[in-house]
Amino acid sequence: MKYIQEFRDPEKAKFLLQGIEHLTQQLNATAEKPIRLMEVCGGHTHTIFKFGLEELLPRGIDLIHGPGCPVCVLPMNRVDDCVSIAEREDVILTTFGDAMRVPGSHKSLLQAKAAGQDIRMVYSPMDALQLARINPERNVVFFGLGFETTMPGTAFTVLQAKAEQIPNFFLFCNHITIIPTLRAILADSDLRLDGFIGPGHVSMIIGTEGYDFIASKHRKPFVVAGFEPLDILQSVWMLLKQFEEQRCEVENQYRRVVPTQGNLAAQEAMDQVFQLREQFEWRGLGSIPESGVEMRQEFADFDAEKVFAVRNVPVVDPAECQCGEVLKGRLKPWQCQVFGKSCTPDNPIGALMVSSEGACAAYYNYGSRWREQAKAETTL
Amino acid sequence: MSDARDTITLAHGGGGRATRSLIEEKILRHFGKPDPKGLQDHAELSPPPRHRIAFTTDSFVVQPLFFPGGDIGKLAINGTVNDLAVSGAIPQVLSCGLILEEGLELSVLEQVIDSMATAATKAQVQIVTGDIKVVEKGAADQLFINTTGIGFLPENRNIASWRAEVGDAVLVSHFLGDHGAAIVDARGELSLQIPVESDCQPLNGLIAQMLAVCTEIHCLRDATRGGVATVLNEFAQDSGVCIHLWEQQIPVREVVQGVCEILGLDPLYLANEGTLIAVVPADQAEVVLSAMRAHPAGQHSCQIGVVSESPKRRVILKTAFGGERVVDVLYGEQLPRIC
Repeated sequence: MKYIQEFRDPEKAKFLLQGIEHLTQQLNATAEKPIRLMEVCGGHTHTIFKFGLEELLPRGIDLIHGPGCPVCVLPMNRVDDCVSIAEREDVILTTFGDAMRVPGSHKSLLQAKAAGQDIRMVYSPMDALQLARINPERNVVFFGLGFETTMPGTAFTVLQAKAEQIPNFFLFCNHITIIPTLRAILADSDLRLDGFIGPGHVSMIIGTEGYDFIASKHRKPFVVAGFEPLDILQSVWMLLKQFEEQRCEVENQYRRVVPTQGNLAAQEAMDQVFQLREQFEWRGLGSIPESGVEMRQEFADFDAEKVFAVRNVPVVDPAECQCGEVLKGRLKPWQCQVFGKSCTPDNPIGALMVSSEGACAAYYNYGSRWREQAKAETTL
Repeated sequence: MSDARDTITLAHGGGGRATRSLIEEKILRHFGKPDPKGLQDHAELSPPPRHRIAFTTDSFVVQPLFFPGGDIGKLAINGTVNDLAVSGAIPQVLSCGLILEEGLELSVLEQVIDSMATAATKAQVQIVTGDIKVVEKGAADQLFINTTGIGFLPENRNIASWRAEVGDAVLVSHFLGDHGAAIVDARGELSLQIPVESDCQPLNGLIAQMLAVCTEIHCLRDATRGGVATVLNEFAQDSGVCIHLWEQQIPVREVVQGVCEILGLDPLYLANEGTLIAVVPADQAEVVLSAMRAHPAGQHSCQIGVVSESPKRRVILKTAFGGERVVDVLYGEQLPRIC
């Protein structure tokens, strides 16, 4: 397949892996004292597991799977509010595929759909707008979520709805933003990370300059990476190279997609429609200042949160859930007390088990061997 | 507005004259009358000596009813024929239960029935009994079909999911995921318009050819819902073995791979409707593959892996990279990823 196969070339992978092996040795990194790299984005986690990359890397490299799965980190009360909007007779609720399975405190959207609510899966917010056009007697609500990757699509849809004066289209905005999230991770006094594999598609929108503080202030190298296996391997190599040469910079491995300044038209659309919230709640991480966005006052007529007066009452994560520890790299997924026991993809307790991009679900689905390892460790 | 006479009404399910005329004019005209003396409520058949009876049932609720490469009628015949055929049985007769939604256009029904008749002829089975129910608008989505099938199973055939042995070869008869991708496309939600057709086809001819050259086929299954991954997990589980797959050998059309890349789906889990997985002794793999490739339904057959000792009850995929990952069973349907 054009533009994909080239980035999955096993020969080139071998070459990169040799380079990584060599650098790992030079840096004296071992299984006991590994170099710890966080891939921020859930898409990267997915690639790492799908292609079995973790197993190919030397034991001296430890990958920590970060909070970049927007489906995973969505707090339960937002899903609850979404379900209650969907329960209104006049509403058609629309959202992306994998948002359907996120558990609320009572039920997921998939379960609400089974109970008779009109909930439809769409591939783009524009599809939701089209539903509003052809169903003028119903209120069509789009449950928008995701980082800056999906935010511009939502912003353009809202702008279009306003331009066409479509009165029955609404956005339930749950978009989140990456920089404050990274800031929160870096502010943790118990941080055990040496560098970052930076998000590719978020950076395609916001550019790479916003990450500078990570290298300059926090002294952690940061490499924006693509999503194919060679992209990830090359990014690991680039990070190691920075350690070896004692550099600490923001580098861009994903130049074929990510321009330094990002996508200016998308940034402008986002800025027109959205403003930062003071606080936004994350599953597993708690409340993070300025980490979410809401619609500006000019778009209040399209804001489902205002129009349908959602309650937004926080729901506390189950006490036994250790997602926060996993997200910060303190625990491996299988070291969590409920992993694979009461918390499974069929019945997720914690955020990271929800989507296939969540670290725990990835370990569970693709890495059953770790499950066995976990079992062995607990019986020792 | 279409004429009321052109649509299904509750009267068609009432058991009276309307039912009778629907059956005679729209159904038996295509299926043929099993008994010229009159319509009975049952069909009779007796197996030849040294054969057992194989019996299976399946229901079909696909939307849309018509998709590239097939429709619900063709699917209802081939699905049940294939369920019989993978046991090693020779499919003989099918029943046809129809649940129709009030308001269904008669022309749609007739098109589906016609397609069932054509598929039955191609698969060399007869439809010998059936039933029609009509439900109120909204109680069904246009048209549901149940087919139950009976086949004759020669006494010496012993194909089962628990028979995979260490060293066996794992074969597949066709590209993976064509049906799943065709359905995604036919739903029109993505406006992809991809040139791919469902693989919907009967497998009994292909299987007969395989059995003619190898009587020792250990496991055989058509990889429908849940795809190849689900079938292989069942084999690994039931046989207490590990199945090792080689990613580079797995046949997936470029366009299907493309759909999967866009939506974040995995072709190993996409549905197929005319693709089988066979587990055969290693020394017979080549002869079985040649026989498969000589049949139109198996032209693209190839070996995709081997049965090995451990880790037991697992399916492991060796990626093109040399990495390995577990291929597990999914909990529910695959859902497209957000980004």
